[in-house]
Amino acid sequence: MIYEVSVAGKTHKLELQRHGSSWRCTLDGSEITVDAVPTRENVLSLIIGGKSYEVKEEVVGAESNVVVGNQRFPATVRDPRSLRSRRSSAAGAEGVKKINAPMPGKVVRVLAPAGSEVDAGQGVIVIEAMKMQNELKSPKKGVVKKLTVAEGAAVDAGQTLAEVE
Amino acid sequence: MFNKVLIANRGEIALRVIRACKEMGIATVAVFSDVDRAALHVTAADEAYLLGPAPARDSYLNIAKILEIARRSGAQAIHPGYGFLSENPQFARACSEAGIKFIGPPASAMELMGSKTRARQAMQAAGVPFVPGSSKGLALGEAEALANQIGYPVMIKAAAGGGGKGMRMVASPADLKSSFETAQSEAQRSFDDSEVYLEKYIANPRHIEIQVLADEHGNAIFLGERECSVQRRHQKVIEEAPSPIVDEEMRQRMGAVAVQAAKSSGYANAGTVEFLVDGERNFYFLEMNTRLQVEHPVTELVTGLDLVHLQLRIAAGETLPLSQADVRLRGHALECRIYAEDPDNNFFPSPGKIRRLIQPSGPGVREDCGVYEGWTVPLDYDPMLSKLIVHAPDRKMAIARMQRAINEYFVGGIKTNLGLFRRILANLDFQAARIDTGFLDRLLSVPADQAGASHTNNLSNTAAIAAALFSATSKPGLNGTVKTSNGNASQNEASAWKKAARTEGVRER
Repeated sequence: MIYEVSVAGKTHKLELQRHGSSWRCTLDGSEITVDAVPTRENVLSLIIGGKSYEVKEEVVGAESNVVVGNQRFPATVRDPRSLRSRRSSAAGAEGVKKINAPMPGKVVRVLAPAGSEVDAGQGVIVIEAMKMQNELKSPKKGVVKKLTVAEGAAVDAGQTLAEVE
Repeated sequence: MFNKVLIANRGEIALRVIRACKEMGIATVAVFSDVDRAALHVTAADEAYLLGPAPARDSYLNIAKILEIARRSGAQAIHPGYGFLSENPQFARACSEAGIKFIGPPASAMELMGSKTRARQAMQAAGVPFVPGSSKGLALGEAEALANQIGYPVMIKAAAGGGGKGMRMVASPADLKSSFETAQSEAQRSFDDSEVYLEKYIANPRHIEIQVLADEHGNAIFLGERECSVQRRHQKVIEEAPSPIVDEEMRQRMGAVAVQAAKSSGYANAGTVEFLVDGERNFYFLEMNTRLQVEHPVTELVTGLDLVHLQLRIAAGETLPLSQADVRLRGHALECRIYAEDPDNNFFPSPGKIRRLIQPSGPGVREDCGVYEGWTVPLDYDPMLSKLIVHAPDRKMAIARMQRAINEYFVGGIKTNLGLFRRILANLDFQAARIDTGFLDRLLSVPADQAGASHTNNLSNTAAIAAALFSATSKPGLNGTVKTSNGNASQNEASAWKKAARTEGVRER
């Protein structure tokens, strides 16, 4: 399988071939043998050239990180094969991503009004709760389709504030 | 001793008290709000009763309801934990009127210490050193005269204050009027009491506190000190015992003053006398906390005592089972308060579901934790998840042990301040104990260094491989094109692996 992996802003081309618990990885042209064993859900034990790593997959809201040792790397994986399969499947609710309020608070600013184009990770709305301001980011690249709140509005936890398509 | 105790609290402290009760053969009654039905303290207790809706005023602050549950369940005593009703004299009084023992000091001592100006008056009468300034509420004119007399900078503080509210530093006479008025209105808003007083500003003080223990027969001892200088917005972040700057002579002097403060206020049970310590190691009475403190475990580890056991015994009318000479300090202890908050986003609270929890263990590690994997941290209460505490022969090894334990710790699904502890523990000033209450703000004003770039680069390749492996081994149908969510994916890792293997098989043919 061939993947396009973005880690901390850098894009890698990566090919994986499995042989038992051993994987032959071709990372940007160089070959690396990785022994990988799942220890728990979202946790893998890797041995690469005798070095042992515990790696964790961490998802908080719209962010996806891979944690290696103490270091956290924002990571996205593109699988060309599943891209094809997704295109052929009916475009349902999956194409629309919602931005929900993480906790009750007040909308203090709208950064991307309805109709504006946003990148993944771009701030859309700023809410204030417990005297702290929090920027809610777009979960994907797209267009802000719906903005259900205005500046100054009180919002409940879980309330959908905007939709990005 | 009591047969049954109700714990009027939640989270790790409720569990802490339940554990102590179990060890002493005491039955436990938990109370909980709507959102805490599945909380650890509920499952750990022998009995559990619903208080009401999530907001604290409808649940953990509902005095009438808590007393009704105590009566109905036959609890003889109530442990208030910290926060919520723990320092509310009305609650202590209502308990005694209901014939239920409040595990803490008498209401009168709580009232005295709850008013900073009254406490200062009492300490003045008892000859306890305190920060120069007034011991009563002031009008603006009086404040101006006093500030000129003791010299700028000065602090204006709310008499009913706490947590930094109603508190203003004034650098020069020109700013006094506006700061005074702001502090007054903030005090009125926060505490429904606009009384403010003034004291000398101590530059970069250390925060050092003495644990005291008093029985109801006039005996009082102290259990050494804790240093809590690593603070953010007047909230403690790391605590340790003993303080690196307190020697035996200073400890004895501070302890004598703390015991004197407890005795002169008619104190009983566990309490803490807080001091500010200046650059010349002069110490000044700040306030007395009339409850068990969050950071009590560091004292437990260096003294070998169990403070909750002792609280229960004192409340049951026993005399102190040890004398001052029996108190011996051994080694060094550190505590980190682990919060569901995002240090990279202004410490914004991060409630939500804990999807993965990997906890440290091994020699010298204690964790007082109030959460579990699968638990949803509610947004209605303080976002503290856990207290990680280590004990080692000396401070250097305690820091190394804490670093080791923090590196074993992993919380997935919500943000935590674990990374902040890595930064503090690696800081050279912290390691050299050059800390004061401004330390953490100074540390946070500098962006985190990107040390070890080549090392990071190497790890980033490993991260790329790991990301692809996670993608390859999770359930195919559930992944989007861009993998951004695994919330419901890979319930069964083994079968996901099989599927990946099958996919591989198909491709290789």
